[in-house]
Amino acid sequence: MKAFDLEQVRKDFPILSRAVNGKPLVYLDNAATAQKPACVIQALTNYYEHYNANIHRGIHTLSEEATSAYEAVRESIRDFIAAPCLRSVIFTRNATEAVNLVAHSWGRTNILPGDEIVLSAMEHHSNLVPWQLLASERGAKLVYLELTESGEIDLQQAASVIGARTKLVAVTMMSNVLGTIVPVAELAKLAHAAGALVLVDGAQGVPHLKTSVTELDCDFLVFSLHKMLGPTGVGVLWGRPELLEAMPPFLSGGDMIGSVWRDRVKFNELPYKFEAGTPNIADVIASGAAIDYLNRLGMDNVRAHEIELTKYALNRMKELDDALVYGPLDANKRGGVISFNFADVHPHDIGQILNESGIAIRAGHHCCQPLMRDLKVAGTARASFYIYNTKDEIDQFLEALQEADKVMGHVACR
Amino acid sequence: MSLADDLYRETILDHYHHPRNQGALEDATVKTEGVNPLCGDEVTLYLKVDSDAISDIKLEAHGCSINMASGSMMSEAVLGQSLEQAMSVAGVFKNMMLGGSQETALPEELEDLEALQGVRKYPVRIKCALLPWNTLLEAIETSRAKGEDHQE
Ligand SMILES: Cc1ncc(COP(=O)(O)O)c(C=O)c1O
Repeated sequence: MKAFDLEQVRKDFPILSRAVNGKPLVYLDNAATAQKPACVIQALTNYYEHYNANIHRGIHTLSEEATSAYEAVRESIRDFIAAPCLRSVIFTRNATEAVNLVAHSWGRTNILPGDEIVLSAMEHHSNLVPWQLLASERGAKLVYLELTESGEIDLQQAASVIGARTKLVAVTMMSNVLGTIVPVAELAKLAHAAGALVLVDGAQGVPHLKTSVTELDCDFLVFSLHKMLGPTGVGVLWGRPELLEAMPPFLSGGDMIGSVWRDRVKFNELPYKFEAGTPNIADVIASGAAIDYLNRLGMDNVRAHEIELTKYALNRMKELDDALVYGPLDANKRGGVISFNFADVHPHDIGQILNESGIAIRAGHHCCQPLMRDLKVAGTARASFYIYNTKDEIDQFLEALQEADKVMGHVACR
Repeated sequence: MSLADDLYRETILDHYHHPRNQGALEDATVKTEGVNPLCGDEVTLYLKVDSDAISDIKLEAHGCSINMASGSMMSEAVLGQSLEQAMSVAGVFKNMMLGGSQETALPEELEDLEALQGVRKYPVRIKCALLPWNTLLEAIETSRAKGEDHQE
């Protein structure tokens, strides 16, 4: 029995009925951003048509409705990541901003000269550059968790680099290039034993894996709603409340204050201390519809569907003689993200030829240039799956790859 | 029109699979690096400039077919040319790529470059075609600046 009705799911996404270059769209760029179901789009228009108002402090009906819809999403998110309390769920613009919030606010008060920040070798620039800047500002050092041949974390090596000097371990939950699922809880055990904190970049993990901050045993978790069916412009920072309480504000201004005098200010309580200015009300509210949608499908079912697709795609890619696939080959150890290269065809050219068949993949460094250097490539082609993708689409993808090989190879073969 | 007519014309694929003047130049007088930060294409350009002319040119390029082919064609087009002439060829090429929809007829010796006109239909790829040329212009500038230093 199907875990969820795939045909029905596809009907829920208006964009999936469009054509690209005369062919039905095959959207395999979900790691960059996911498509939006009709209910999310409706939540946006419904807000703007019926209860658009600024939130908090308003005493009129529209403001009350908008405030309670906005705050209800905070609760949905708390539940989605199994967080113990609501006040530690903070809305940001995206995962990147959430990392920056922690780097500025926690980092500047806690990172001292000589301290070490541990990152994996496959971090997205968003979970790398803020730490680089912080480290150079504070005289701290970045240390890397190296990857095994198959692109996995080597826990033994991790145990050797996480130590007394470590202040923070900042790792992705799932690699946006290799698909690797990172053993966060194991790393957290090492980090906590060394007295360090753990920040998890859940930009790829949270949309695809059932997530519990207590099971991850992390101290901070960041993610972006646009990668999980929500609109762009909404990210989340979850942090342990006692840490957030002790942290100074990141941005300041309206809404984040308790009281203001001419010469001083008392900050608002959590989570508002970190939500300065009018937030992205409409997109947060619509994000709630995205969370509800994923809950209706069930995250276990989402994962099962993606394992099935990934297994199928990895298997079929073996048919391509020249294709080199990166990352773990066991679909149970990875998310639905497949990066690959052909011996003699540049990823851009693959992407372009696939686009001709209406197939959207991504080509390039995927904001992971250090990893590209480790892999000794300028970039990779990447196909990434989500709830609405089908085996039939993977067949079309394979067919187009064979075509790409032909288009690009035909001079050489002559 | 198909991709093979627009983008992957035979001339382009030929230059892609058999790029001319590839490698490093031991006795280069200028070495300039160009990158396309969006896609990671990289080119290192070596020029040997003798009395204001390009007496040798080599490229170490890592990029897509359009990028590689464009660099390869460029090296053929400017080898042996004076810096002045090379700049003018670069100008003609950039005009062709950025100058709207009109087909540009190029002088006979630059005919190969016409194959890259199809790239104009794919705006994101224009940058790939321009990278070697912009790097060339930068190299020429560097070379001239050096020359002036020497004269002082
Ligand atoms: C692993 C990972 N981290 C962070 C990000 C950044 O997400 P955003 O651009 O939404 O801040 C991404 C998105 O590409 C990602 O894949």
